[in-house]
Amino acid sequence: MDSELTLQVDGATHHLMIDTRTSLLDALRQRMGITSPKKGCDHGQCGACTVLVDGRRVLGCLALAVAYDGAEITTADGLAPGDAGGHPVHQAFLDNDAFQCGYCTPGQVCSAVGVLDEIGRGWPSAVTEDVAAGPRLDDAAAMDAEIAERMSGNLCRCGAYKGIRAAVSQAARAGGAVR
Amino acid sequence: MKPFAYQVPGDAVAAVRSVADRPDASFLAGGTNLVDHLRLGLIEPGLLVDVTSLTSDEITDHEGGLRIGAAVRNSDLAADRRVRERFPVLAESLLAGASGQLRNMATTGGNPLQRTRCVYFQDVSTPCNKREPGSGCSAIGGSTRNHAILGASEHCIATQPSDMGVALAALDAAVQVLGPGGERTIPFTELHRLPGETPERDTVLEHGELITAIDVPDLPIARRSRYRKVRDRASYAFALVSVAAALDVADGVVRDARIALGGVAHVPWRARRAEEALRGAPVSEQSYREAAEAELADARPQDGIDGGNGFKIPLVTGTLVATLRELAGEEA
Amino acid sequence: MTQTLEPRAMGQDLVRRDGPAKVHGTAIYADETPVENPLYCRVVQSTIARGRVRSVDTTEASALDGVITVLTPGTAERLASTDDAELAVLQSDDVGFRGQIVAAVVAETFEIAREAANLVRVEYDAVDHDTRLSADRHDLYAPEKVNAGYPTDTDVGNMEDAMALAPVTLEQTYTTPMQHNNPMEPHATTALWDPARGDGSGPGLILWDSTQGVHPMRATVRGVLGLEADQVRVVCPFVGGGFGSKGTPHANVVMAAMAARAVPGRPVRLVLTRQQMFSLAGYRTPTIQRMQLAAERDGTLRGIAIDVVEQTSRIKEFAEQTGVPTRKMYAAANRRSTHRLAALDVPVPSWMRAPGECPGMFGPEVAMDELAHELDLDPVELRIRNEPELDPETGKPFSSRNLVACLREGAERFGWAGRDLTPRARLEDGWWVGTGVAASVYPTMRQAQSTAAVRFDGGRYIARIGAADLGTGAWTVLPQIAADALGVPVEDVDVLIGDTDFPVASVAGGSSGTATWGSALVEAAREFRDKFGRGAQDGDEVEAGVRPNPDAGSYTMSAYGAQFAEVCVHAYTGEVRVPRLYGVFAAGRILNPRLARSQLLGGMTMGLGMALHEQSVLDPRFGHVVNHDLAEYHVPANADVADLQAHWIDEHDPHVNAMGSKGVGEIGIVGTAAAIVNAAWHATGVRVRDLPVTLDRFLT
Repeated sequence: MDSELTLQVDGATHHLMIDTRTSLLDALRQRMGITSPKKGCDHGQCGACTVLVDGRRVLGCLALAVAYDGAEITTADGLAPGDAGGHPVHQAFLDNDAFQCGYCTPGQVCSAVGVLDEIGRGWPSAVTEDVAAGPRLDDAAAMDAEIAERMSGNLCRCGAYKGIRAAVSQAARAGGAVR
Repeated sequence: MKPFAYQVPGDAVAAVRSVADRPDASFLAGGTNLVDHLRLGLIEPGLLVDVTSLTSDEITDHEGGLRIGAAVRNSDLAADRRVRERFPVLAESLLAGASGQLRNMATTGGNPLQRTRCVYFQDVSTPCNKREPGSGCSAIGGSTRNHAILGASEHCIATQPSDMGVALAALDAAVQVLGPGGERTIPFTELHRLPGETPERDTVLEHGELITAIDVPDLPIARRSRYRKVRDRASYAFALVSVAAALDVADGVVRDARIALGGVAHVPWRARRAEEALRGAPVSEQSYREAAEAELADARPQDGIDGGNGFKIPLVTGTLVATLRELAGEEA
Repeated sequence: MTQTLEPRAMGQDLVRRDGPAKVHGTAIYADETPVENPLYCRVVQSTIARGRVRSVDTTEASALDGVITVLTPGTAERLASTDDAELAVLQSDDVGFRGQIVAAVVAETFEIAREAANLVRVEYDAVDHDTRLSADRHDLYAPEKVNAGYPTDTDVGNMEDAMALAPVTLEQTYTTPMQHNNPMEPHATTALWDPARGDGSGPGLILWDSTQGVHPMRATVRGVLGLEADQVRVVCPFVGGGFGSKGTPHANVVMAAMAARAVPGRPVRLVLTRQQMFSLAGYRTPTIQRMQLAAERDGTLRGIAIDVVEQTSRIKEFAEQTGVPTRKMYAAANRRSTHRLAALDVPVPSWMRAPGECPGMFGPEVAMDELAHELDLDPVELRIRNEPELDPETGKPFSSRNLVACLREGAERFGWAGRDLTPRARLEDGWWVGTGVAASVYPTMRQAQSTAAVRFDGGRYIARIGAADLGTGAWTVLPQIAADALGVPVEDVDVLIGDTDFPVASVAGGSSGTATWGSALVEAAREFRDKFGRGAQDGDEVEAGVRPNPDAGSYTMSAYGAQFAEVCVHAYTGEVRVPRLYGVFAAGRILNPRLARSQLLGGMTMGLGMALHEQSVLDPRFGHVVNHDLAEYHVPANADVADLQAHWIDEHDPHVNAMGSKGVGEIGIVGTAAAIVNAAWHATGVRVRDLPVTLDRFLT
């Protein structure tokens, strides 16, 4: 059964007639040719398909495209459009060699952008000592643990976690979220 | 995955009617478990009724406690200041679950209804009474590391995977339900059911009934509460065992306690025996151990090809003791 | 001795050339190849572990709108070669393991293909299957040789006498479980069978495949299909991880080619699901390692022996060389190693990062720790006391061997000095804390075949070679090598890889890629300079191949390392954490520190996963891995990795190759699990001999 929908992806408008069974991830990759988000497990278990929907990080593989009619979607390729140097997170990943094979990377990058926003809002995480008080931004060790926990929904089999943490930390400092 | 129709009715009443009218219809909210199940072939609905925009996405003060709209995302609930200050166990349980991305998608109404992660339930090539009543339980005698030690039956030894549900069970929460026959309120501890002879039914909800909100009552003890989750990875894994606990101690004596366990049963397991054992007991590790023993008196571990789940008995005890010690703080 | 290159670009900390594309997600992986109007292929897997397919009913599936064809054992094309049973897809009714491909659907969309695959009805005649590995099976057999061509057994001196006579002996059995590579990019192919190529050269097959070697892939696939080499092109600019699982072709590639040949002119995409990968994409065999150590009171080893039992598939043999590292690691006059296999009704095991060395340095390195405790000796010191002068197995000198330097440097960095030998002595904030050490080793290899072309064009040097970059950094490091060999700035050099249209290259495996391809580039560059001097003109080009290493017969060549772990075990819950994991390696010249560090850290991270999490649970009643996804097969998550460090010592080795480099892709995973297990014992006094080290081991 087909359904009609409109998606804003990385600033461009796409009108689609789509099988209701199509995931947002497959709609992007197979129907629109936008292959920045990756398919690693198709079950919400790896994070490679992470994109930003209306500014929040979500998993494209567990989203039915039809349920996202009218949504604004940003992939790792659509961050900081028009900026030749890319988004600060892009640069931070390059600076810290925060990837190897690159397959999980666009998802990591989108997730990192989400993490920075969530930390900026003072959201707690599972390693926040006092959830009422929120994350401690002034303590480097606590921040490292916060980033590790918050990035744990993005698996990287190459094992670039250390670089990823350093990259997110660098981007957080650049963005003023953390001193 | 078979083709299905997709519908967004005008309001919740219409949504309930749409689902109630068709045996093969399902509600769709965050989709994090349902879409997974479609893909695994566990369910083959003919109609999905999207309720994401039809129930409240607000958290409101309600009779001294909080009313949480069913559409409130897990991440928003965990970030809510009132929840963090008055019910830290609830915030912590949410944050211990899944990942940031999933919490941005999953809803308050959907989270407690997520289904077991039993590997045999999720694999249509193996028998499973929950998926196909009467086909047999493959978990018994199989991989049982993640399975139940309390309240299981010979038909099913699956565990309920929700972390949030464990906290809600401890907090005496209540579920607001809209059905074809109208509204009703279900105590959260009565939402889920033990498998017995009908493990295909996870909850007492009838087909077409929709969770519209969850109420968390005023509970001063909850200000001193914790959720402790023990799992095989440091993050992003389901619980082997979890403990939701709130503790009120004074003058070296436990005045009151709220405890629920995750990863041990087909339901978020409210540990009333342990609570009973703790009330009036001295603040001591010995008391905590005795409380755990009381709760686990009827525990039945499973053998298994992966070594079985007998370890959950000392693990529940250890996790409960560690959590209560922490809550008792200097009182210990 | 090969003439060693003067390092200018080599050794520089250059950022990955493919980095910007990867962080944006614009690097193109196999399934993303832009093609016109692709079809989607979905495989159907057997639900029995042994027997025959009695019938395949495709009626319902074929009737579905959008289904183009359903391939079954009855309808699929006959392959030219069925010698490799793993690749003999749909060639008979036999079922050799649960999860084998028994049918495949080709449809207009992914959704339709998936639905149709579920509608294919397969009936079986099942017979009893057997998937249980144990050391006391009566049907264990000795393979003719083990992986990489090593002899199955070795026996020097008299181990039995050594055990009988030595004042201190240790005999223990260690096990490692079945493990799956699980690269993040699933095994994927876009395939096109062009019945009449535009250039009139007849029919041809293009495979855009996720592979660790386009040329080895082509060689295998063309043989299976009965095509000429020039009829098959394999393209793979980027690989989303492989770790060995994309090193040898598996059934999915043949399936994709067959699907494409069934629909001439239409490209077909075939991506295995994560679950399908657990039976179709290779895995590491479980191993059972019986260790014997015979020692003097001062720790001098009189004998060391390892007897390995592991599994293979009944339909195809793969014998992991688990006992091999023990043969040359420590000086001991008496040495024995054996390998015995059980041929079971299981999926076909294959390469997984450091086959042989990775599991094979678990038992021995834990045994050494146990011996050190027995002798009341520092485990670092025990290893130093058994450092051989010459390769114990061959009597040849080492081209370089800096294990002792790694141990000493690691001990220094880690703060090992003054460590209390007593286990279960530190309880801090509710956690038992301990430290442990283990050694790493990985052979330095160079493959026999690889050719590079160097061409001068538009003021730049453009080299081409069919090499692969699976995250290792070949796109970046090969230009560094070529630039130094040409004597030009690295900015002036491009190296194009990942296409069989380029000169032949060996597989990215055995940590041999950079050494082999780099050697070919050096040959080509030198020949280019000899021929054209400094005055090259546009279009000048040479092609040259790797040569055998003249020193190969005279030296034993390996990289070494030492890993130090700090482990915490929660006193109440048994939870295991690794707050610190430091590795120090001796791997020749480090060609690009940034890339090498990532490789080493990545290997150590996978080793941490092996230690703490990874275990494929094969249910013997059904015959398949039941935790077949990334929610239940736990690879490390970000939060599992804490203070992780990789260092290296300066090592000059003039014998290995012109770059002076040793491979760094695999050594990082070798010894990690042993170091963590040894630290967990030191923390708790509980000796875990069976991986993984899960919390239940510490609960009573």
